[in-house]
Amino acid sequence: MATRQTQLLARTLMTPAVALLLIWMIVPLALTIYFSTLHYNLLDPDSGRFVGLDNFRYFLTDPAFLASLLNTLVLVGSVLALTILLGIPLALLLDQPVMGRSVVRLMVIAPFFVMPTVSALVWKNLLMHPVSGLFAWIATLFGLTPIDWFNDVPLLAIILIVSWQWLPFATLILLTALQSLDEEQKEAAEMDGAPALSTFIYITLPHLARPITVVILIETIFLLTVFAEIFVTTGGGPGLQTTNIAFLIYSQALIQYDVGSASAGGLVAVVIANIVAFFLVRVVGRNLEA
Amino acid sequence: MARAVTTRRKIISTAAAWLAGFVIFFPILWMVLTSFKTELEAFAVPPSFLFFHWTTENYAAVQQRSDYFLHAFNSIVVAGGSTLIALAIAIPAAWSMAFSPTKRTKDILLWMLSTKMMPPVGVLVPIYLIYRNLGLLDTLTGLTVILCLGNLPIVVWMLFTYFKDIPKDILEAARMDGATIGRELVYVLTPMAVPGLASTLLLNLILAWNEAFWTLNLSTSQAAPLTVFIASYSSPEGLFWAKLSAASTLAIAPILVLGWLSQRQLVRGLTFGAVK
Repeated sequence: MATRQTQLLARTLMTPAVALLLIWMIVPLALTIYFSTLHYNLLDPDSGRFVGLDNFRYFLTDPAFLASLLNTLVLVGSVLALTILLGIPLALLLDQPVMGRSVVRLMVIAPFFVMPTVSALVWKNLLMHPVSGLFAWIATLFGLTPIDWFNDVPLLAIILIVSWQWLPFATLILLTALQSLDEEQKEAAEMDGAPALSTFIYITLPHLARPITVVILIETIFLLTVFAEIFVTTGGGPGLQTTNIAFLIYSQALIQYDVGSASAGGLVAVVIANIVAFFLVRVVGRNLEA
Repeated sequence: MARAVTTRRKIISTAAAWLAGFVIFFPILWMVLTSFKTELEAFAVPPSFLFFHWTTENYAAVQQRSDYFLHAFNSIVVAGGSTLIALAIAIPAAWSMAFSPTKRTKDILLWMLSTKMMPPVGVLVPIYLIYRNLGLLDTLTGLTVILCLGNLPIVVWMLFTYFKDIPKDILEAARMDGATIGRELVYVLTPMAVPGLASTLLLNLILAWNEAFWTLNLSTSQAAPLTVFIASYSSPEGLFWAKLSAASTLAIAPILVLGWLSQRQLVRGLTFGAVK
């Protein structure tokens, strides 16, 4: 029963948020598109020439692009796999009758609140240092040679750090979903003598399908642009071994000052993210109707 | 009939859950322990777990070596400021979308969500250049503005999902009693919206406090919040583990407390209401 007056008011109230987000989205994006067609280097006085699609050709055929695209995919894929495969059993465990569950919950979600620069540096030094790190000490306890994480398997090291940060997120969402699962359904299955495994496969897992999708989509959005963890630990190296798309663009823009090429790269990143976003918006949008 | 929970099962799952929780929490615990060691003991092999000479000298050293309080102050200003401004902009918008929705409300919401999908690195170049030209690099204003815009979609969304849960009948009842929109807002809606507002505030403080893309790229010293301050410990020259641990503990402690308080809302906020 909205009157004309309230509708007008509603529209007025919405305007600042909509206008700001519109500017925030359009202005930088338009500039990125514009820069991507220019020969534009901050160190080169002869900048500003229109070069068409040269920057894209340069960026996309640069061997660094393929390497960093591959690193991005491996990073995103591995972290998704680790957080979900560990998150499901962890959520199931926390859904059990556990004494002091709220304390355990706090411990499990804590890593999510640690700022990325802290977790990266603590892992790199205190845990993964090849001589004085805790992992090295544990390895020698078992008579193994300590792993030199950031030299021998740098990408794996980053994957472990990022997974540690995102495992709480996956667990918490799956746990929330599990707690909304109808207890009676599980009870009925149990009374019918269904073994725990088939209860899990036929009742629990289908119920988790949707939250798992949500976890995958949201994590992907954030994981595509992992930056701080790489910035403070490896700086993209050794070589290009830990350079992902986000870091590649950063280094082209703010280290090599190649604005044109970095802008082209930025647009490529936007396109990749949009493919994911397309699916996420559909999943969330379906929820709005309900 | 409630499911019979055997004692044995309870003991096993309790033990397993505590073990898992401990393993996950361990890096944080280890960091806190290290912060109370001397630099020598921090490097020691084999490491000492509890029986070392406890000291608080690192905490004092962190302040002397690099102005910790300046950066903590920056973090508070940037995270707090960006969150409050975002709330001020988002409350009216979310309110109107929840209470007088139009045909396009859903599209606008989804569009706002999609702006959050834009990878920051896609607009790094223009933002950096605009900031450079406007003299906003390494300023608190610059960081506050960018974090506010970055989190605005989440704030609108969270508030919207909370406001939508407020029963509309109450509004109609108030209207029948002759309440104006202003009174309705102050006396009816606000009290009901406070829990949602509080959790939105909390979650966004956390997100802004931990933001480490824009802060690393747009600030260096004067305006640097704690994320950047900690990153300065990554240079080999600054590799002092005990001091790094002390600085890190100080940087995450307040937000860890807030995070624990807001954990229930976290799911809702971060999934844009898709999982409640």
